Amino acid sequence: MSSATHPSHGAASHAASHGSWKSYIVGFVLSLVLTLASFGAIMSGKLPHGAILPAIVVLAVAQLVVQLVYFLHMGTAPDQRSNLAIFLFTGLIIAIVVCGSLWVLHNMNENMMHPMPMNMPSTTGD
Amino acid sequence: MSTTISHIGGAHGGHHDHAHHDDGSKTTLGFWIYLMSDCLIFSVLFATFSVLAGNTAGGPSGKDLFELPFVLGETMLLLISSFTFGGAMLSMQAGRKGAVQAWLAVTFLFGAGFIGMEVYEFAKLIHEGAGPDKSAFLSAYFGLVGTHGLHVTAGLFWLLTMIHQVHKFGLDGVVQRRLNCLSLFWHFLDLVWICVFTFVYLRGVL
Repeated sequence: MSSATHPSHGAASHAASHGSWKSYIVGFVLSLVLTLASFGAIMSGKLPHGAILPAIVVLAVAQLVVQLVYFLHMGTAPDQRSNLAIFLFTGLIIAIVVCGSLWVLHNMNENMMHPMPMNMPSTTGD
Repeated sequence: MSTTISHIGGAHGGHHDHAHHDDGSKTTLGFWIYLMSDCLIFSVLFATFSVLAGNTAGGPSGKDLFELPFVLGETMLLLISSFTFGGAMLSMQAGRKGAVQAWLAVTFLFGAGFIGMEVYEFAKLIHEGAGPDKSAFLSAYFGLVGTHGLHVTAGLFWLLTMIHQVHKFGLDGVVQRRLNCLSLFWHFLDLVWICVFTFVYLRGVL
């Protein structure tokens, strides 16, 4: 009888990859903990200043992975492989775009944004 | 059993997908590719924001403007709405039409709460003279967070549409496929928000 609730054959055969209450609850609790840890790291003010940025980046990446696995059901199951491959490729493009922009513009700021004296040619000539 | 039902479902709901023997997985894959291209839009906006975050042009910086407890509230609303959408998907698999509509309605309420908070926040910033015309930092901020907000708003309209479609057509193959796509869309927006609160708000107050 339960198969009558799956009018689409495709939906029925993919049901296994759509999670269960357990996976949603685990994902939700993990996301909650990671979110509170991120905000707590800053709002509590107990972490040394230099450690905060790496900490929140690690927590964000961890939460992205948690939600991808538990909410978006991404994994290495056969019907998920093409999604995963497309996602990884997108990740590569994002890394190039974001890191490239930050790197190039950081360099430009470093090298070109110094308060320049008006007689620039003479300073380089020295 | 399941094959017989699928023919009935196909005849009732989606003759177009039945004709092509498409089980809906291609639609989901296509929608996933759309989401990834959307992801690229956001990544470019994030890159722009990161580059311009320091250019406040003498105006207020993130440290002066952002209120973390408020942002935590927004985050919670969106996270809970992601979880309640999971409830809708599980009810869909169990074939419980009424429960699907109820979960979608709850998801809509949390999503609408999120948008309400965001609109309030934007209105407050603009009222304080920290509108998008103030500095490159604020332009990038409104551009990035506003784009996410527009996506969530589109998701809210889609939610209403699906509540209506579940009511009118039941949980046939086409409606299930659309709910699958909306599920990906909604969870994806939560993923983008994780990056927003980390790299815009938390990074901004450092």
